[in-house]
Amino acid sequence: MGDWVSLLAWGDAGWGDEMVRGALWTLALSVVAFALGVLIGSFGAAAKLSHLPPLRWLGQGYTTVIRGVPDLLVIYLLFFGGNQAVMSIARGLFGYDGYIELNAFTIGAIALGTVSGAYSTEVIRGAVLAVPRGQLEAARACGMSGWLLFRRVLVPQVARYALPGLGNVWQLTLKDTSLISIVGLVEIMRSASIASGSTQKPFVFYLSAAVLYLVLTAGSNRAFGLAELWANRGVRRA
Amino acid sequence: MRFELFPEYFPQLLAGVPMTLQLAALSLFLGFFLAVLLAVLRTSGIAPLVGFVKVYVYVFRGTPLLVQIFLIYYGTGQFDLIKQSFLWPVLREAYWCAIIAMTLNTGAYTSEIIRGGIESVAWGQVEAAKACGMNAWLRFRRVVFPQAIRQALPGYGNEIILMVKATSLASTITLLEVTGIARKIISQTYAPVELFVMAGAIYLTIVFTITRIVDLIEKRLSPERAAARGAKATAERDLASVH
Repeated sequence: MGDWVSLLAWGDAGWGDEMVRGALWTLALSVVAFALGVLIGSFGAAAKLSHLPPLRWLGQGYTTVIRGVPDLLVIYLLFFGGNQAVMSIARGLFGYDGYIELNAFTIGAIALGTVSGAYSTEVIRGAVLAVPRGQLEAARACGMSGWLLFRRVLVPQVARYALPGLGNVWQLTLKDTSLISIVGLVEIMRSASIASGSTQKPFVFYLSAAVLYLVLTAGSNRAFGLAELWANRGVRRA
Repeated sequence: MRFELFPEYFPQLLAGVPMTLQLAALSLFLGFFLAVLLAVLRTSGIAPLVGFVKVYVYVFRGTPLLVQIFLIYYGTGQFDLIKQSFLWPVLREAYWCAIIAMTLNTGAYTSEIIRGGIESVAWGQVEAAKACGMNAWLRFRRVVFPQAIRQALPGYGNEIILMVKATSLASTITLLEVTGIARKIISQTYAPVELFVMAGAIYLTIVFTITRIVDLIEKRLSPERAAARGAKATAERDLASVH
């Protein structure tokens, strides 16, 4: 066990600081991807609940495809196809002909955001449907405009109903960040694989990676629990 | 998109489907037994066993499957003790490492699904079975388990789909299932978008088929719900014809 401690030491001698820095990257990537996912999810839910059939089909197609295909494949597709797409958009819109390369973090955030967006869409759609119709009618009867109704009646309640589901999506996104290691971002998994490559001690580093993920999931679980308590502060329970 | 690549490479990708299905089926099959065992221990009320299952489920659900796969495939090679033991011929193979990791992983998730099913069985039925003189094993086999499974089926359908998608991770430890073959062809053709789109279409088809099968089984296993639906529909039709 003695050499395990020295392997994970802080500073130049050990890999402890590298692993923790990887964990911070994992956290940053998860936060950005999750936020992007909730944004996409809100639009996705609006599309799926829309009165316009083409929008509904678009939303349905998005969630069906993303949830039916491995996350790894979506990440690969965006990682390899993303640069091409961005370059052709730049050429088409701005006449820019140079080479553009998005970094691993940006691509990772977009890819994971696309994946978690599909799950968020379903969660938010369910939450919107859980708001009683009568309340929306009452708000209209009180003369609220669309925006006021959205802001004062819909959003606070949708947030409350969606929180548990979004907590699950967050956990999923956090664990999915491990896949970004394959495309080169030095987060937890990549740090672990670099460290085990140079020390020939893979068990130590993948085990520490597992522990770091557990710390992140446990911590964020608590945060979501507290957020749920806060969101439900006005609700009476038997 | 170069569509002329499709006829040439699509059959090559299809050749990876048996491997994908095999990985998913074998780990789901083994994982199911593990899950039932874990769920029974979890609902047993014996504190140390309940505690063990809680920790097991917590660890496997709280860490990414990729870490679990790497820990088993790369991690176990660190110890000479394992390398010299009878386990090495198994742990040396990427295939078995993937199966072991996915079995342990799906076991954890499925045990929670089955636990939900077991806990949904009304206690009065267990009491009635006791009153009829059934012993614990017979009660479990005849009363609790069949209803638990039926209750757990929708959740388990999701787990099956998650496992099919998870098999793509096996490509990271050199296995040539659909994703692995796609990556191999890409390294020769530099046509990533086309090949990943084809691979995606294959996964979508598999997932869609499984969803349909699970729906069918669900309908077969709950005849009384189908009967209730039928009765409601007939009643509504009768009502409509009156008006």
